[in-house]
Amino acid sequence: MQKTAEQIEHDLLRPLFHSSGKYWVAVALATSLLLAGVAAFGYQLYSGIGVWGINSPVFWAFDITNFVFWIGISHAGTLISAILRLTNATWRRPVTRCAEAITVFSVLIGAIIPLCHIGRPWLAFWMIPYPNQRHIWPNFRSPLAWDFFAISTYLTGSTTFLYLPTIPDFAAVRDASTGLRKKIYRVLALGWQGTQRQWQRLEIAMHIMAIVIIPVAVSVHTIVSWDFAMTPVPMWHSSIFGPYFVAGAIFSGIAALILAMALLRKLLHLEEYLEPIHFENLGKLLLTMSLLWFYFTFAERLTAWYGNSPPEMAVFWESIRKQFAPLFWIMVFCNFIIPVPILAIKRLRTITGTAIASCTVVVGMWLERFLIVVPSLEHKFLPYSWGTYRPTWVEDTLMASSFGFMLLLYLLFSKFVPMISIWELKVGLQPHFRVRTAPKAESKHHGLAMPGPLPTDVAE
Amino acid sequence: MKALYALYAEPEAAQRALDALRAASPELKLDPKQIVVISGEPHEGFEFTDEHHTGTPYRWAVLGAVVGGTSGLLLTTLSQKSYPIPTGGMSLTPAWTNGIIVYELIMLGAILTTLIVLLVGAGLPNFKGVITDPEVWAGKILVGVVDAPENSISEVEKRLLQAGASQVKQSM
Repeated sequence: MQKTAEQIEHDLLRPLFHSSGKYWVAVALATSLLLAGVAAFGYQLYSGIGVWGINSPVFWAFDITNFVFWIGISHAGTLISAILRLTNATWRRPVTRCAEAITVFSVLIGAIIPLCHIGRPWLAFWMIPYPNQRHIWPNFRSPLAWDFFAISTYLTGSTTFLYLPTIPDFAAVRDASTGLRKKIYRVLALGWQGTQRQWQRLEIAMHIMAIVIIPVAVSVHTIVSWDFAMTPVPMWHSSIFGPYFVAGAIFSGIAALILAMALLRKLLHLEEYLEPIHFENLGKLLLTMSLLWFYFTFAERLTAWYGNSPPEMAVFWESIRKQFAPLFWIMVFCNFIIPVPILAIKRLRTITGTAIASCTVVVGMWLERFLIVVPSLEHKFLPYSWGTYRPTWVEDTLMASSFGFMLLLYLLFSKFVPMISIWELKVGLQPHFRVRTAPKAESKHHGLAMPGPLPTDVAE
Repeated sequence: MKALYALYAEPEAAQRALDALRAASPELKLDPKQIVVISGEPHEGFEFTDEHHTGTPYRWAVLGAVVGGTSGLLLTTLSQKSYPIPTGGMSLTPAWTNGIIVYELIMLGAILTTLIVLLVGAGLPNFKGVITDPEVWAGKILVGVVDAPENSISEVEKRLLQAGASQVKQSM
């Protein structure tokens, strides 16, 4: 049965007022992981960066892996959402906000990681490239300076892209609330009324944002790839890195989006809104990206192998046959061999199937980032400088806590903001099948009467 | 701000009410800006607004991009000339790398301008005199008149009811 506007309003505001036990268990788990990370970081601050496993020549390891991984995950949201908006894909409506929220939080986490790596985060402002009196030149030739501009722009753009379409939904929450909650949402809604002028301006602004944010998203991960590609290190100094990183970012981003949607569907009881068709469509995108990822990986490795340059071949064999071979082949299994059959066979492309495939892709893409960074740094051009790297418990904990932090931010966000854009969903119902005069009926969900105003306890 | 309004379940009825109010506005001494249409979602295919200046925000975004790009160009070139790094004979202000900064600031300029233009154009933030009704979020369309002259209230009510509203409400 098609939903009425009233039912949509009721169902999507409900998670803001009531949460299940499972939701709080997930929050507790995420908080525990975050606290473990905070403790590990405190230990690192007290003891110094030496508690990490990084050394000469492996100055970058887990931290840069996590940085690239989280910036990659951020491509789920804004890029996918913008493309779907511009192509007017109608199935996007329940998906976009889930995706856009992933972007904002993962960019935020990605941006925090360099602060941990510098060892003395209170001097982080030294990284900001502006003319100063400290003889720290703003070196615009450095890819790290490009990172600063790209990530700042992307974070600003993604936050704006997330916030703008949320304003009308904040107004809906404002009008359904009382007391302190009403006051908070009154500020967040900025006094939104829903006049036709406001709707017109919002739609134009979203269109402009969608146009602008796509090249920004592409540039961000290209620039992240140039952190490596601009360096004369074996297997890094490659022109393929830009598109390879962008493809990998979209790949991991879609996987993260599917996982987030599957989680929200269960925790917030959004089964009637996040339907199998959404997972199937995203599954097809994931399949395409898996094939593209394999193509890029093959092209990159083939070129290195055919060139047969000794420094590159040292890294090549380290990852394929020697020390890193288990990780490499797990990566291939996770990114290609497991997900492709699951996603290619329609019968397996279910919610569970796509979630399993996405899980493996997230693991595989983290390993891919690790395998780009560490084997090359361990085996630079001059064999006398070769070294080894083993992560310590501090790095392991910080990595795990970044996942916990992401989960926590996402869960808390879902408690304050409708995770599916209410007004966009209503627009989707307009032309064909909107039911305006549905008979009142007892809801089968959550035991609440629908349609009708929110119950008193809910409204409060 | 006092508003007299009615709620309509169908956009067609809201359009009828709006057309009736617009047609009667000279007679009722109403400024067209006093007539408001509020809904929980945008409605395509209806003339709920007289404004068709849809190109303006795009032009502002382009202007913002130009300002952003110029700022990027000035930041890089002026910094590099003020604090010259030994470059071994290479360009002090390399176009390739400076171009990346300029590109990002072009985009940032467009983003920030779009945000500002939206807020200004949509009259946000506006915490005073917000007209709202919970039924709007349940799919109804609110059509009304803000600060209607005392002597035309009954005529406004009549036109709102004629368009199909079951009752006329008043907000303070």
